Amino acid sequence: MIGLRNITKTYSKGSVLAVDDVSFFVDKGELFGLIGPDGAGKTSIFRMLTTLLLPTSGSAMVDGYDVANDYKEIRRTVGYMPGKFSLYQDLSVEENLHFFATMFNTSIAENYAMVKDIYEQLAPFKKRRAGALSGGMKQKLALCCALIHKPTVLFLDEPTTGVDVVSRREFWDMLRRLKSQGITILVSTPYMDEAVLCERIALIQKGRILSIDTPQNIVDSFPVALYAAKSDGMNALLSDARAYPHMGSCYAFGEYLHLTLKEGSVEDFSRYLGTKKHSNIEVKSIKPGIEDCFIERMTGN
Amino acid sequence: MRVLRFILQKEFRQILRDKTMLPIIFLMPIIQLLLLPLAADFDIKNINLVVVDNDHSSYSRQLTEKIFSSGYFRFAGYKSTYSDALALVENGKADIVLEIPASFESALIREGRQQLLVAADAINGTKAGLGSAYLQATVAAYNQELLLRWYPAAQQPAGVEVLSAYWFNPHFKYTYYMVPGILVMLITIVGGFLSALNIVREKELGTIEQINVTPIQKWQFVLGKMIPFLVIGLVVFSIGLLVGLVVYGIVPEGNVLVLYLFATIYLIALLNVGLLISNKNSNQVQAMFVAFFFIMIFILMSGLFTPLDSMPGWAKVISYCTPITHFIQVTRMVILKGSGLVDLLPQLGILCAFAVALNAWAIWSYSKTS
Repeated sequence: MIGLRNITKTYSKGSVLAVDDVSFFVDKGELFGLIGPDGAGKTSIFRMLTTLLLPTSGSAMVDGYDVANDYKEIRRTVGYMPGKFSLYQDLSVEENLHFFATMFNTSIAENYAMVKDIYEQLAPFKKRRAGALSGGMKQKLALCCALIHKPTVLFLDEPTTGVDVVSRREFWDMLRRLKSQGITILVSTPYMDEAVLCERIALIQKGRILSIDTPQNIVDSFPVALYAAKSDGMNALLSDARAYPHMGSCYAFGEYLHLTLKEGSVEDFSRYLGTKKHSNIEVKSIKPGIEDCFIERMTGN
Repeated sequence: MRVLRFILQKEFRQILRDKTMLPIIFLMPIIQLLLLPLAADFDIKNINLVVVDNDHSSYSRQLTEKIFSSGYFRFAGYKSTYSDALALVENGKADIVLEIPASFESALIREGRQQLLVAADAINGTKAGLGSAYLQATVAAYNQELLLRWYPAAQQPAGVEVLSAYWFNPHFKYTYYMVPGILVMLITIVGGFLSALNIVREKELGTIEQINVTPIQKWQFVLGKMIPFLVIGLVVFSIGLLVGLVVYGIVPEGNVLVLYLFATIYLIALLNVGLLISNKNSNQVQAMFVAFFFIMIFILMSGLFTPLDSMPGWAKVISYCTPITHFIQVTRMVILKGSGLVDLLPQLGILCAFAVALNAWAIWSYSKTS
């Protein structure tokens, strides 16, 4: 389990605020996601929890150990996979795994069960240098190395960034299997579609937590009705929609515009669009996704 | 200890796998050791001498013959006037002008004394200084010859003659003096740069992040970085000694094991300076410049090229505060003089102190948390 209480981190003697009074709690065996755009402070939080960075203020516990005082115990019990591939590119797959196992005073054989599923996929390439692996394979190797000492808590900082769709899905399957073994997992991602794969998520923006809940509750708590609109001229549609006097928020989302209304009915809005010389107008009510919630919270704050 | 063993295994693997770096590490010192001693020759030869002989007598001819037969001077021409000769100096064809006055022989016989004019081009100060000194010595020798000829032994005026003997380097061969020094310089460059760029490279690649979350201890990490370079440094040192033996015929007078003992202690001190630089900097360019700064100071103030005793007091203090100064002393003492461990106890103490202090500092400066 992981607990943060009023964690704040500033850089450059306080002039840059990276993490702003963040508190959250992750239960044992939970798969918890930190969802936020680049620069939201996710990596700073990870580095503080893995004892690589000291918080400016506040306190944090990992598995009952304080990050500032019991850093030695934490290093023994956590697995960390940094956002940037940090294994030795000039060592082979096997050598990397062996090296990190020995650094934790264990061996591949001793904890093979832990990494078996993942390592089997890597086995055909075990003599290959880590630098010559594909992106997805690199992530799998990094995960193996983070798991080889049987950690109780796993920190994965943007593990799927730069990885293809198939490998991403496989990666999340692996996380779920690990979770079923009772490992607490804190994972960060900038991809909103991955948020629903977590048990609970924290939306984070500019160092502040916007909300913490299950993905379902976050979606359900979307405060107003959300509509999608489409026509043949999307650019004109966006500017016309934004000019509508009762418009709440309006942004392009794939092939549709997503919008909310401050007042009035959606029929009024459709009629308004009808006066604006658009062809093939389509306006429909939709269920919000995590991204809609994120944008709503972001603009709301 | 087990952890340290695996760190070492990993470091050696990485070093041996770098197929471009290995030849650089080992070939570069050999080539430098073949080239640099040639350039660091302090014997001045080939001084271009132009003679203005206004006398054209047998004495003046004898004197010039004697000068050119010394081997230090090269004949740059006879000129009839001093200004013609000076023109040669001005366009760089000659270094020194020797003017023999018109009445050289007659005045010498009549009065027993005569004056010569020596004018040297002081753009190359060493050449001018040594050149005119050689010239004076030759003239003095000629003077002596004349005295012997004129006064039979019984009547010879009493005089003091200085005889020099070069101890520990009887033929005063500069290579004996320079090669051990240059060898020290080379292992300083190899060891200094390799260690200064290593940890910082792990920082750049991000691999240090993964290391820092392991329970690995500071001393294990720093020793794991230091020992491989110590081995490389000693191998380069051995190659250098071999080149010295084969190419320059330098057989160490003293015990080679003593030499290796000091090389090990010196390398520990030096490598920890490098690791310290590596810990304090965040990228390889920074580390390069800082390492360059220190290595330049180390080498130029070490007494390798210039005698320590001619430095001003403050420079001497700086010089004694660098480990390389003491190690250069040791190599010269062991190789040329045959000094044993007992003669080198002060240096042993100083170098050990450097090694221990710098190692402790390097370990302390490595921080897993920022």
